[in-house]
Order: sequence, then C-alpha cells, then structure tokens
Amino acid sequence: MKLLLMFLMVLATHATSAGAAPDAPLPGNSVYQSPARLMDSKSRQFAWATKRGQVQIVSMFYTSCKFVCPMLIEGGKVIDQQLTAEERAHLGVTLISLDPKRDTPAALARTARERNVDSPRWTLARPEPQDVRSIAGLLGVRYRALADGEFNHTTVLVLLDPEGRIVARTESIGGVPDALFLAAVKRTLANAARADAKPRSG
Amino acid sequence: MNTLRYLWLAGSLLPLFAWAAGSGSSGGYVHIPAGTLVSALKFEDVNGAVRIDAFQMMRRPVTNAEFAAFVGTRPAWQRGHVKPVFAGPDYLGHWATPTQVGTAVQGAQPVTRVSWFAATAYCEAQGGRLPLWLEWEYVAASDRLRRDARDDPAWRERILAWYAQPSSKVLPPAGSGEANRYGLRDLHGLVWEWTEDYSALLVTADNRNQGDAETNRFCGAGALSINDRDNYAVLMRVAMLSSLEGSNTTMNLGFRCVKGAR
Repeated sequence: MKLLLMFLMVLATHATSAGAAPDAPLPGNSVYQSPARLMDSKSRQFAWATKRGQVQIVSMFYTSCKFVCPMLIEGGKVIDQQLTAEERAHLGVTLISLDPKRDTPAALARTARERNVDSPRWTLARPEPQDVRSIAGLLGVRYRALADGEFNHTTVLVLLDPEGRIVARTESIGGVPDALFLAAVKRTLANAARADAKPRSG
Repeated sequence: MNTLRYLWLAGSLLPLFAWAAGSGSSGGYVHIPAGTLVSALKFEDVNGAVRIDAFQMMRRPVTNAEFAAFVGTRPAWQRGHVKPVFAGPDYLGHWATPTQVGTAVQGAQPVTRVSWFAATAYCEAQGGRLPLWLEWEYVAASDRLRRDARDDPAWRERILAWYAQPSSKVLPPAGSGEANRYGLRDLHGLVWEWTEDYSALLVTADNRNQGDAETNRFCGAGALSINDRDNYAVLMRVAMLSSLEGSNTTMNLGFRCVKGAR
C-alpha cells in the first residue's frame, strides 16, 4: 500500500510539473504538435516544441516591417509591464518570423537590441521557409508576401499555456493593453505556478 | 445565336460522355504552361497581369480511394489518431472506418472533410504541394476551348448554376466533369479546393463585398479588394477560403496537388 502511494506520488509529480515532463503526452490541441524547428538570434537551432513548460505569448512578425511589427513588439512589452516581477519571470515571449530568408540571426539580434527586448525571456526566431504557412495556420495568423518585400499579416498576440494550448488572443495592440487578454495572461501564469508548486509542497 | 446555343448544349452534354468513358479513374498530372493572369482580385501591390510560371497540376481532385491509401500507411492522419490542431472533429467523418471509405461513400468521389494540414501532408508525400491561389485562378479561368473564358457571360452563368445547387446532392466521381483547355477537370462544379496560401487571402468580413480594407487587423497596407465584381464564382471561393482555419474541414471542400515552380 505504501509502495503504491509512493508510486502514485511519483506519477503525480511527473504529471503536474509542466516544465519537467517531456515524457507526459502532449495534448492533441497543442501547437507544439508541430515538428517545426526555429533558429534564434544567437544562431541556436531548437524545436518549437521545446518552449513547452512555460507560459508563452507568441506572434509572427518580420524585422524589416516599419509600422505594425514594432507596434507588435511594443504590445508585448506593454503586457510585460503590467505584470509583477514574479509573473514576468515566468512568461516567455516568442516572435516567429514570416520572412526567414531575410530575417537572419543577425537581423533578429539587431531588432532585439533596437527594440530593447534583448532578454533571455524573449525569443526572436526564424522557421524553415516551408514551415511558415503551417506555423501561421496553427496560430491563426493570415499573411501575404507583397511585391515590395513587405508582408500583410494578422497583427495578433497569442497566449499559450505551458502545454502549448491557445488560451487567448488579441488583435487590439496599441498603447492600452487589452484588459481581457491581460487577465488571461495573469490567470494562466497563476495556474501554471500552482501546477508547478504542487509536487514540491506535496 | 443558334450556333451558340448548340455549342452550349454540346458543352453541357460533354460531362456525360466523359463520365460514360470512365475517365473518372484517370488521375495524374497535366503540364500547365507559363502565362499571365489578370486576377479577379485586386492586390494593392500588383498592377495588371501577374506572371504564372509553368507547373504541373492534378487532372482532377484527389479521391476518397486515393486518400484512403494515403492514411492507410500513415496512422497520424487517420480519423481518431489525427491531432485536433491539425484536423477538426469532422475530419473524414463520412467514412465507414478510419481507413476505409465504406459503401455509403464511393472511392471515386473527391475526398472532402480534409483539413489544410492533411491536404498538405498528402501532396508532400507525392513530392508536390497545394496550388497557390493565383495558380488555381489561372487554370480555373479556362473552359473547353479557351485559356481565359472569364469574359463570356454564358461561361459565368454555367459556373454559377453549380453554386445554386443544394450541397446535399451526392457527389459525382472526381474527373467526370468536362476537361478544360489544359485537360483539367472539375475545377468548377464539383467541390471547393484548398490552396496552399488560403490564409493569404486577407479578406476581412467587412471586405467581402466592399472595396475598403479593414486596416487595423493587418500589418502593412490594406488587404485585397475586387477587380472584377461580376466574377461571383471567384468571389465566393475567396470568401470561403478566407474564412477558413487550417484545421477546418467541410463537406464540400477537397483539394488537388501541383508540382513544379512556385
């Protein structure tokens, strides 16, 4: 009986510590079902799915964009500013390029510096060219390459829980943060923190 | 006028002959020569005709039998196995089992209730891809004799007649429609078809009939609008594709693949 209990506790630990449970099956409605690989501004290659385990705000952008994309990054920063230091520490922001040809690691690094998001919590990354449309499809991002090299695209911030399930999205990105979206970020962070705390205290 | 009527009649009977000849079974790709297209859509960044490079396109939409053969060797794309992010709950819902079409659904009918992700996976397994919207519009402009028949009111009416039919009708076999100038069948009159860039059709709900784009929703310049407001067949396709997510499936939405230039 005691053994069984211990066994169950071990199981529970595995199931709830989101960050450290790569062997737990990934939910079918997780965007991390995608096999896509990304390369960040430091030329590190990684599977998108390795972002599993942390609450993430995700969007798609391109560095040569002059108008809305900077706004998009600012939109992410505005959310950041509304969080407590503790909350902020557990939130990741991943911006995935629509323009992998031109968004080299150097270009991504430059944008991160210029926009002042040169932090380990922020990832600016480019996918393989053939994966762009399907990543966009998973995130509900619509886009079209224009003749002059610019892109038309959905301006959206997507909130993912630690398992990569879409929890909320907002297309209202400006100076004032979308209250509903912000509430969803805080709630999702709180849920993740509870899930993380359980095995340690138990 | 009379000659036109006879031509018209001959044209409308052709599908029957084709069906009788059993052409429904012939799949494979047709070579599509390069050319130019003035899209019925108006893109802010494009003036006039766009160049379309040569490519190959499947003669007809992919059938149930062909898709069953595909999922038979790829459990990840079987109903019940497929991850919900890649295909909605109705995915292949009309089949008897996850791998078998069954008697209620004919193998020769075009496969429908497939998501964009599944269609893409099928084409990739073929060494191909889904067509781009402009490639689809380019070949769909053709009728039996002409590469571009879009200015012909009779041709337009004929296509529109299909849209007026109730969608509950039993689907004919894929490939039973009349071949167009390129030898392609069923671009109109059978099912809707996925395009690779379905999500590039940035038509907002408010923009489906109106020229002005809803500028807030999209980065950069506004979305597209319409060059040719009388081309309802194209407009309906665009409205439909622009409303879809990649995991969506519908009763009347299938696909065909292309190979070659992009």
